[in-house]
Amino acid sequence: MTRSLLEVEDLHVTFSTRRGLVEAVRGVTLSLGEGEMLGLVGESGSGKSVTGFAITGLLDVAGRITAGNIRFRGQDISRIGGSDFRSLHGAAMAMIFQNPRAALNPIRAIGEQIADAILAHKRLSRHEARDEALQLLRAVQIRDPEQRMSAYPHELSGGMCQRVMIAMAISCHPALLIADEPTTGLDVTTQKVVMDLLTRIAAERGMATMLITHDLGLAARYCRRIVVMEQGRLVEEAEPMALFRAPRHAYTRRLVAASPTATSRIADLVTEEERGRYVEAKIAPRPQPQPGTPPLLEVQKLAKRFDQGSPAVADFSMMINAGESVGLVGESGSGKSTTSRMICRLIDPSEGEIVFEGQSIGHIPARDFHRSPFRKDIQIVFQDPNDSLNPRFTAFDCIAHPLLRLGRMRAGDALRRRVEECAQRVGLGADLLPRFPHQLSGGQKARVGIARAIACRPRLLVLDEPTAALDVSVQAVVLQLLDTLRREDDLAFLFVSHDLNVVRMMCDRTIVLRNGRIVEQGESRALFDDPQTDYTRELVDAVPHISTGLVEAAT
Amino acid sequence: MTSATLRHAGWILRGNPLTAVAATGVFLFVLVAIFGPWIVPYDPIASDVPQALMPPNAAHWAGTDQLGRDVFSRLLVAARLDLAIAVSAVGISFAIGAVIGAVCGYAGGRLDRIVGRFVDVLMAFPLFVLAMAMVAALGNRVENIVVATAIINLPFYIRFARAEVNVRRNVGWVEAARACGDSHISVVLRFLLPNVLPAMAVQVSLNLGWAILNAAGLSFIGLGVKPPTPEWGIMVADGARFISTGKWWLVAFPGLALMLSVLCFNLLGDGMRDILDPRMRT
Repeated sequence: MTRSLLEVEDLHVTFSTRRGLVEAVRGVTLSLGEGEMLGLVGESGSGKSVTGFAITGLLDVAGRITAGNIRFRGQDISRIGGSDFRSLHGAAMAMIFQNPRAALNPIRAIGEQIADAILAHKRLSRHEARDEALQLLRAVQIRDPEQRMSAYPHELSGGMCQRVMIAMAISCHPALLIADEPTTGLDVTTQKVVMDLLTRIAAERGMATMLITHDLGLAARYCRRIVVMEQGRLVEEAEPMALFRAPRHAYTRRLVAASPTATSRIADLVTEEERGRYVEAKIAPRPQPQPGTPPLLEVQKLAKRFDQGSPAVADFSMMINAGESVGLVGESGSGKSTTSRMICRLIDPSEGEIVFEGQSIGHIPARDFHRSPFRKDIQIVFQDPNDSLNPRFTAFDCIAHPLLRLGRMRAGDALRRRVEECAQRVGLGADLLPRFPHQLSGGQKARVGIARAIACRPRLLVLDEPTAALDVSVQAVVLQLLDTLRREDDLAFLFVSHDLNVVRMMCDRTIVLRNGRIVEQGESRALFDDPQTDYTRELVDAVPHISTGLVEAAT
Repeated sequence: MTSATLRHAGWILRGNPLTAVAATGVFLFVLVAIFGPWIVPYDPIASDVPQALMPPNAAHWAGTDQLGRDVFSRLLVAARLDLAIAVSAVGISFAIGAVIGAVCGYAGGRLDRIVGRFVDVLMAFPLFVLAMAMVAALGNRVENIVVATAIINLPFYIRFARAEVNVRRNVGWVEAARACGDSHISVVLRFLLPNVLPAMAVQVSLNLGWAILNAAGLSFIGLGVKPPTPEWGIMVADGARFISTGKWWLVAFPGLALMLSVLCFNLLGDGMRDILDPRMRT
């Protein structure tokens, strides 16, 4: 056992809000040895970030440590004030955040920003600080560091910005780095590169790291020890393998089950008691399409060019049969959202054909498509449930909206019954219908979005990262719901996602998109188990999971 | 409007008593504007020369003017005209500006550029001078004060609505409305505008004070409302002739009325901004 660097004992953090005091952290005890990498895992609202902020003394003014203590190298730092803490920051402990672009000053060159961080703690000349900044850029493996010194944050990709943040964080050789969701929002391949880099730097410098994340797989891949938090409490502490093989706490069991891995099936995502209805639906046999029936959707040589420059999507051809689920995966900028919106007829393609049920719909301008009889057959579920519901509509209004517009229904009893039926199908209680979006949880909002999309009984549902903004346990339930609906209604899915594990479970076939072009397509399981192209292989390898452990556990 | 909204407003008002004071003030001004002619102690027009130029006393709380008319009564009656001019002018520019701005913000492209330059041109003039020129050209009538005030306010509303709609044009619920079968026009009018209105209400309140001042200013220089009619701007203009002889009340009380009304509307606008700011909500 290495020497202990950080000891947190029975930490309580309370926030004063309008609705009185809220205890965000209620008795967290943990320790971190020198050079150790600890994973702090929990879902939103679990208090994991607040714990990190409390340790670094960066709590919001409304938050206060009400009990317990934090000892850093034996010194209690939970009660010391601002100026003493400032000397600790950077030199002894540093923190990096989610969304690195927002944490960097947009109007200052990155070299200058790193030099500023160095100068805050060291007595150096500006020139020497710049030299050190250059060394740091080399250390975080930024290409052409000399040129990048004078680059501004908007000229760098998200992964690059996070590397710059890491460079700033390690500039004064801190003993402890707290990384709060450092790779959330980055592509899987970028995530892997950044995390590998972080791990290597930590090992080289003997820096202890606390990785705060919602992603169990990520924590398992990089940390020797994981602590799981739920509602401000620490529920379990274990090594990754032990955690996956034999989770002791009920919450951990649910979390482990809900985290999709390379081998999990949709039915496995939730524990026995939550499953109920899903199993019933699954037993119902799926109608096989008659041989010779035309595909539901056929897309040929679709392309989209915005202004000048290279096309966002080019030469995209695919087809979907009725009741089939097709995945569309790719990293950010691969054109998957553009493609899904063209198929959904929200934007116009520059060229190509879209044929739905034997009728060409690609030539109808998106501006007039709302009048087409096919509008109700092609519906879409949006990525972020928070911004896909009109803030001035109640849940009822949201679901009733397509019925009034496309279903030709009038306000009245029939409409109310139909809305309630849709709500019930997606597991939304009737008591939630009069609520406004800000009164609903993320999962409930996602359900409203799905209910709205299926209200007019579409034939094809385009799902644009439907669970990307949700916690894994909520994601598990929503994925099951979607799969059930698909089987019940013989719906076809175009499932757009960057999460390969989810696509593998949900989709019969998968298309891999890169820079607007199809790289590879085929039957999902075959595609992921035996990728034919380097790019797909790279994507599959970058997904963090501890499949070996799970396979062993399963056998 | 739900009880939650009211509770939220109540919470803000408790933490911000000035807004509550301003809201009460605006409410009083509105009451006076509606009931003024019935509650005044004296006829605001009838002259009573023996009583001329009396300083404030128990019978005439704000004194009398050169024709012996009760200044207090005239102040109360004038509230209706001044508020009516301000409210109708701001109402017109709000209604027109919000729609034009929202359409430009949503459509973008050439229409947006053309309207944008037109707004720039309008704003390049000194606005009060522009209003003076318009009233002088259109004819010296109250309706023309309203039109002129509405036109010089228009650019603010167009810009405001344009900016607010522009940031929302690509949010999920706009695309969702399109997928649910709404046309572009319907998205603008039924989805985007209602979401922009609360923010614009702040602008309206801030603008009302300014419009009152503008109308009074036009009357002060002799445009618009004609002398026997009680109006704060004219009363200040009339009273200014006597200020050198120490008859301060003729100017001070209408000036005070103007100042208080503008202050109340502005403070209310600031308070409303706090109430409507989503970051203040939890």
